[in-house]
Amino acid sequence: MAVARRLEAEVWRGIVWGLFAAGLVMAGIYFGSRRLRDFDPALVPYAGATVFSAFGLGYRYTMWLRRPPTRKYWYRGWQLFLSPWRLPKNLARLVRLVWDNLLAQKFIERRSARRWAAHFFIFWGCVLAALVTFPLSFGWIRFETDRTSEKLYRAYVFGIHVFTFPWQSAMAPLVFNILDISAVLVIVGLSFALWRRARDRGALALQQFADDFLPLILLFAVSATGLLLTASTHFMHGFHYVFLSEFHAVTVIFTLLYLPFGKFFHIFQRPAQLSLEFYREAGAAGPQAVCARCQEPFASQLHIGDLKEVEAQLGIRFATEKLHYQDVCPRCRRKNLGLVQDGLWREAGQGRREVEK
Amino acid sequence: MSQELAFFIDYSRCIGCQACVQACEECDTHRGASMIHLETIDRPGSVQTTPQVCMHCENPICARVCPADAIKQTPEGVTQSSLKPRCIGCSNCVLACPFGVPKYKAEIDQMMKCDYCLDRTSTGKRPMCATVCPSQALAFVTLEHIEKTRRGRAVNEWVFGDEVVRTKVYVVVPPEVDTVRADLVQLGKKRAPEIDRDDVAAILEGG
Repeated sequence: MAVARRLEAEVWRGIVWGLFAAGLVMAGIYFGSRRLRDFDPALVPYAGATVFSAFGLGYRYTMWLRRPPTRKYWYRGWQLFLSPWRLPKNLARLVRLVWDNLLAQKFIERRSARRWAAHFFIFWGCVLAALVTFPLSFGWIRFETDRTSEKLYRAYVFGIHVFTFPWQSAMAPLVFNILDISAVLVIVGLSFALWRRARDRGALALQQFADDFLPLILLFAVSATGLLLTASTHFMHGFHYVFLSEFHAVTVIFTLLYLPFGKFFHIFQRPAQLSLEFYREAGAAGPQAVCARCQEPFASQLHIGDLKEVEAQLGIRFATEKLHYQDVCPRCRRKNLGLVQDGLWREAGQGRREVEK
Repeated sequence: MSQELAFFIDYSRCIGCQACVQACEECDTHRGASMIHLETIDRPGSVQTTPQVCMHCENPICARVCPADAIKQTPEGVTQSSLKPRCIGCSNCVLACPFGVPKYKAEIDQMMKCDYCLDRTSTGKRPMCATVCPSQALAFVTLEHIEKTRRGRAVNEWVFGDEVVRTKVYVVVPPEVDTVRADLVQLGKKRAPEIDRDDVAAILEGG
């Protein structure tokens, strides 16, 4: 009963944080578009789906943080990162970590070159598209023809004129086709991903439709319908443009709604990896935990202490009067299992002279 | 159940041949990396070795302590390696697993572990290690077969401290035992003497 009540309270907390995130996005749209003056009503479905997605992300993130291990490392990560005497060094370190792990994604490269290529192209295609689509659908950026010359384009950010460019300049096709460029990047990445998934025998054994293929199908649908819109405009005299634009909107909206609940949630989970570097460093600098059996150090006391707390919160009862099983190193645990079985046979007074019948 | 294939581990049958270690590397889901542990209990004093595969707990502790929620179970009760997009390489699972199974691979910043050779067992084949184990310390057979061919019985209930753990993998113990109390750890063992440089087997094991 108490567990049910606590879960209910956590669900409500998740809903409140979800509403807060959705409220932030709505406030951002309202004020960023100068009280909706720059807001394009044609893009309402996109903005609406983003608001719902923000609610889902707020809810999911809160529910993720309610797990004792997640909560412990989340707070511990921030605590170590923000500790005043470490902060300057941590900030410098963060720049390198962001470059290595988020931008260059070197840890994926070490897993497999093909996996890295797939992820790298998909990542940068999506980042590029997000940097354009969200501000555009929120009314944060807009483009206008110049009042003095129809050959000039003016770009505004939050209603402030940022730059002007001639429509025949080298920059113009880049600006007009930036979403096409991002779509091509995503499709190249998807090709690598599908190539790997179709040939890697490990992937073939483990992959599942909902976790591994649905996200790829969604990304392909968004990219392909986006490219078809350009093709319809430039090469097919607007052939089925209305249908294509609605179809494209449906694919984007479905992807936004899927964002908090499927594989794409790792985009928001993954940065936790960065705080781990600070955790490891603090652990290595402090005292080490020594195995109760072999007397060898096997992890930091910081880590083992945190783990014991987490285990207690989860109801994992490793502690006894004499020994906390968490104080035994993994190697000694494995050795101990063999010794325990040995001891059981000795106690039973039986040898192992069995012969296969 | 008796006609269903299951995994059985019988530590005392292990002869330390390392066939399982080599075969494990052939598993498609983690090609080139062996996920099995083969421990030498006390090298200077004994030839006893003990293999350890993932026991695939019913309620896996590794998954419960994972901050990234990266460890999942299949509907068949196989606890898989961490999900690549999620695992942040914190090593919680490595330290918390009561059987000492997960391995943290620093070079790829990910936890990996024995996954019951899912690529093989899902198609009715035996796991690589059990296929090659000459003494059948690792066996993938029916319970009926184990009862016929071994003197002990197979149990899958363990106690660590006060924690009761039930596993998909069985261990062979004397007939009167129904739960393995694995917390009877010999404490404060003296450090083993430095390994002699001429001990080729130890050097190979370390390498």
